[in-house]
Amino acid sequence: MTLFSTASVYTWAAVLAVAVASVVGDVLLSRAMKQVGDVNDLWRHRGVRTVMSQTLGNPNFFAGVTAMALAFFSLLFALSWGDVSLVGPAAASLTFIGNAFAAKIFLHEKVDRRRWIAAVLVAAGVALLAG
Amino acid sequence: MSFRKYLVLIGVAVFAASGDSMLSQGMKQTGNVSLQHLSTLIAAVLNPWVAIGILLLLAFFAAYMNALSWADLTYVLPASSLGYVLLALIARFALHEHVSVSRWAGIALISGGVGFVAGGPAFTAVEQGEARPAISGLGGLHDGTKPGHDEGRAASSGAES
Repeated sequence: MTLFSTASVYTWAAVLAVAVASVVGDVLLSRAMKQVGDVNDLWRHRGVRTVMSQTLGNPNFFAGVTAMALAFFSLLFALSWGDVSLVGPAAASLTFIGNAFAAKIFLHEKVDRRRWIAAVLVAAGVALLAG
Repeated sequence: MSFRKYLVLIGVAVFAASGDSMLSQGMKQTGNVSLQHLSTLIAAVLNPWVAIGILLLLAFFAAYMNALSWADLTYVLPASSLGYVLLALIARFALHEHVSVSRWAGIALISGGVGFVAGGPAFTAVEQGEARPAISGLGGLHDGTKPGHDEGRAASSGAES
């Protein structure tokens, strides 16, 4: 597959869609679980039913799962247009980097130098491992 | 961080890796699935490898949600990537497959990245002024991994010395 063929434009668009949907899904799920609180404490004090109802009833959880489903279907499209050896690692790496940005901006996580280095190392490692 | 929480993080990595490899094994047996022939999809789900893979991925999701309830997204994700390393190690030492130099390099990079994050605090969001949502009636349930705990201690001890 050449880099600038029509097929590759579709593939890269689909890879980007996978990464964006995954990042949105991860951020929403993370926010949902922070709203629910530590589920181990919740389970111990209120029982498993409360954990289930608070998690499944959280709007962010629902939206996050929907975004993850979109990411999955985008991945299927991407795989039908491009090679698995390109699509898999590219989408996974972009998701790692995107998540570091999104966690800092939307979840107000303290993404210090340590975590930036980790995001880049893991993204590069995933690309090498799957490539 | 408690032993139970390490177990949850290990569960995230192990369930993701084993679930993916079961699915992959099963889908190689069932062949292509198409939307035009939905019976192929049903056959795929009934394949024991695929069924076990789906169950393992559900376990992964439960462990992932558990981890996200007490740790940052940027803390949980590197930990979950250890699953990739696990897969490569299984391929090399259990299945005796050839693992190329670039794959070993990938393993080293991921392990290094996880090491970087693991040395820091698990939960940081509070430090930017966003209060962690309290569970009503569960006040004072701290376990030592509370946001900013470690860094606060480090800063104060630094000031004293």
